[in-house]
Amino acid sequence: MIDFHLDARSGIPPYQQIVRQVRQALLLGLLAEGDKLPTVKEVVAKVAINPNTVGKAYRELEHLGLAAAKPGVGTFITRSLGHASLTEHGPLQQELRAWMDKARAAGLTEPGIEAMFQNTLRESVEEEK
Amino acid sequence: MSAILQAHALGKRYGQRQALADCTLELPPGHVVGLVGPNGAGKTSLLKIACGMLAPTTGRIEVLGEQPNGGTAQLARIGYVAQDTPTYASLSVADHLKFGAKMNPGWDAKLAQARVEQLGLNPKQKAGKLSGGQRAQLALTVAVAKRPELLILDEPVASLDPLARRDFLRYLMESVAEHGTSVILSSHLVSDLERVCDYLVVLVASRVQLAGETDDLLAQHHRIVCTRRQESALPAGLEVISAEHTDRQSTFVVRSERELPAGDWSAEHLELEDLVLTYMERAVDTGRPATMRPVGEAR
Repeated sequence: MIDFHLDARSGIPPYQQIVRQVRQALLLGLLAEGDKLPTVKEVVAKVAINPNTVGKAYRELEHLGLAAAKPGVGTFITRSLGHASLTEHGPLQQELRAWMDKARAAGLTEPGIEAMFQNTLRESVEEEK
Repeated sequence: MSAILQAHALGKRYGQRQALADCTLELPPGHVVGLVGPNGAGKTSLLKIACGMLAPTTGRIEVLGEQPNGGTAQLARIGYVAQDTPTYASLSVADHLKFGAKMNPGWDAKLAQARVEQLGLNPKQKAGKLSGGQRAQLALTVAVAKRPELLILDEPVASLDPLARRDFLRYLMESVAEHGTSVILSSHLVSDLERVCDYLVVLVASRVQLAGETDDLLAQHHRIVCTRRQESALPAGLEVISAEHTDRQSTFVVRSERELPAGDWSAEHLELEDLVLTYMERAVDTGRPATMRPVGEAR
């Protein structure tokens, strides 16, 4: 079972923070196929957030094909992303690292690098749509 | 499903003082509604009218499809926790539960008992000897054990320390998750509400300045920073909520029902607190003579 936490100052809507934390837990291997997510009641009793927010996050996870609700039982992970998937892409990560070193050498600071990364990621996602 | 609360041109006057004027509002069911506004905006009057403790001077209101009249049948459907979560100082915790059972046909004794145990309250303890946080939890327990369709809480966490505040909201959210109760809670602080409310109403000087689902409101509002320009130079379809100018830069907060068009500006979303404060400032500004506007804000 995993715990959620919320960062009120992140500017990211709470339901998206939950989705992101499930994704991260999947990537880190903390969650795998068949694992049960905490019930809505368990989450809200712990982090004091609106139950609809949790429901919305879980529906989004279903929409993404990462989880499925079994009525009366709970919501379960249906796909493992496993941290193998990250290590398998080691060469890619090395390329990214090399790019970051280049960006720093070109005089970009951390916020600049982050902004460029985010923008490019957004552009590539939008072009794919 | 129909609205849990519908108010039309609602007003309340105490002698010379107008506590609420021309308030029109409709709240959908199944939400935790945050009612935010500065002190004196009329929040308490509105909530007291909604649960039948106060009769409006003008206008009309329906709560759960009925006019509030203070009748027993209707009161059983609404749980109300007044400001500063009052309890009876000389009555024990157990007496509060007995009293609740006697007054409410739908009383859930098991729930009340379990909650008092979970809180670690001594049933023999007099309410006057409890801490502020414990008193608030006791008042909430009594309101929840009525198993109401609607819970109305007036500034429930204002006087609590941060830990007690978190505990209170945890239990409130837990009971909402379990029973599907609709909730209206008021606060003059957005930070108290932003995690727990999925519907927001901003009330300033009796008027509803903004109302809607929190996620929608956050998605629709943007802060645009660009080279100095007039509001009229912005694309059509953007509602300008606030505008500030320096000699070379303009900053706008805009509302757009559709996706924000791209332009020669940087745009970002606002935090809920900034969003609410922008609407509050606007409401105060429009009530102020134009000549009092600081020079820097000239448009």
